[in-house]
Amino acid sequence: MSLRFTKDHEWIKREGNLATIGISEHAQGQLGDVVFVELPEVGRVLKQGEAAAVVESVKAASDVYAPVSGKVVEVNPAVVADPALVNRAAQGDGWFFRLELSQPAELDGLMDAGAYAAFAKGE
Amino acid sequence: MTESETPLKTTPLDGLHRALGARMVPFAGYAMPVQYKDGILAEHLHTRAACGLFDVSHMGRIELFGEERARALETLVPGDILSLALGRQRYTQFTAESGGIRDDLMVANLGDRLSLVVNAGCKDEDLAHLRAGLPKSVRIEPLFERALLALQGPKAAAVMARFAPAAGGLPFMGAAEMTVLDAPAVVSRSGYTGEDGFEISLPAAIAADFAQRLLREPEVKPIGLGARDSLRLEAGLCLYGHDIDLTTTPIEAGLAWSIAKRRREAGGFPGDAVVRRQLAEGASRRLVGIKPDGRAPAREGTEIRAPGGAVLGRVTSGGFGPTVNGPIAMGYVAAASAKPGTALELMVRGKALPAAVVALPFVPKRYAA
Repeated sequence: MSLRFTKDHEWIKREGNLATIGISEHAQGQLGDVVFVELPEVGRVLKQGEAAAVVESVKAASDVYAPVSGKVVEVNPAVVADPALVNRAAQGDGWFFRLELSQPAELDGLMDAGAYAAFAKGE
Repeated sequence: MTESETPLKTTPLDGLHRALGARMVPFAGYAMPVQYKDGILAEHLHTRAACGLFDVSHMGRIELFGEERARALETLVPGDILSLALGRQRYTQFTAESGGIRDDLMVANLGDRLSLVVNAGCKDEDLAHLRAGLPKSVRIEPLFERALLALQGPKAAAVMARFAPAAGGLPFMGAAEMTVLDAPAVVSRSGYTGEDGFEISLPAAIAADFAQRLLREPEVKPIGLGARDSLRLEAGLCLYGHDIDLTTTPIEAGLAWSIAKRRREAGGFPGDAVVRRQLAEGASRRLVGIKPDGRAPAREGTEIRAPGGAVLGRVTSGGFGPTVNGPIAMGYVAAASAKPGTALELMVRGKALPAAVVALPFVPKRYAA
């Protein structure tokens, strides 16, 4: 499945019952240099829209929300060790965490790449 | 009033900022560049390594004329203005009767006049305060339409010498009139980064041309307000409205060094009783440098606690220091907890993060002799 996006600028990629989540290329550009990332604990159960992680640039801190509900099964230690990875590869190696989906239908309410690009442009 | 009701003012460099790809943000009623294409981190590090050009035209310059100007200004500030020598500049504050700080400012003695540089967000109130507080014999001339540029960093002196050879002769906190691009400018050897550098006040009409000429020099890059903030925080310099305001005194803020012996003894400025009492007895709280142990920045407003216990105060400036390569902060703590090495806790997102009081600045100052 291709990427889906939220209005809070997270992306999500579904692979079977799992999904990988990060922040969008647009969001990393708006944030600027990322200097700190805090990830959820593995095993934590998240509801859709719940604050799950924190990303901080030189200027400001931003919450990263769970795009859909699920249980955290894996986090990406690479973005904690090297926060600038989020700037270099926001929609790739700079992913934040993986969820085991509890409400896969929630994905249907998210934007595809085209809709998100239009949304981000109009913001 | 909201921004949509009041159009933002622009500086004489507005077109240049946009042409350079700056991200513009509202700041103190002005559209200002928060960063250019390279980003805050690169801009910060470039200033410490070479030379950065800052547009600070939003700040206000005010000139005072008349024989009694120095004596009269001393009735509003605790700084020693009477002894300020020709060609020298000094840091002081407009104090309130409470001992709080209305604004902080630079005062330079240009011979026939005093030149003040005040904060953008306070400049209209400062002007009214001067008009109300100074005698008629002192003429007050606001120069808010002029441009103010800051050229900062270890290469600033070499770059400036190519345009104004006299600038190289200025000592740290020296100030003089000189010709820049055939126009009258006031140049001081000072800044807000902890680095050597200059602040250049010049006519708006030539400001963009001069800025472009500076930017053509290989050492110089444009630097936005984002890096200006991280540079000044690493240098341990107070930001008005954050680290100092009407609720903080110069003594609490660690600015006692800016109040000379004569002024401490004789007083004669707003809030002198409070300031003198705090000098004698010590202030109940102090602004200190704070180094979080981990990597998480503690932002302005973060609660500061004693380990496992009492609330000591709040962070007034906090973020990431690019040269320090880690989080740094300043904030007020109870006087008993102000000694460097004192362990603290910072309440970040509901968690107590260990931190310690450290001596300021976070990065050693590298001013000219």
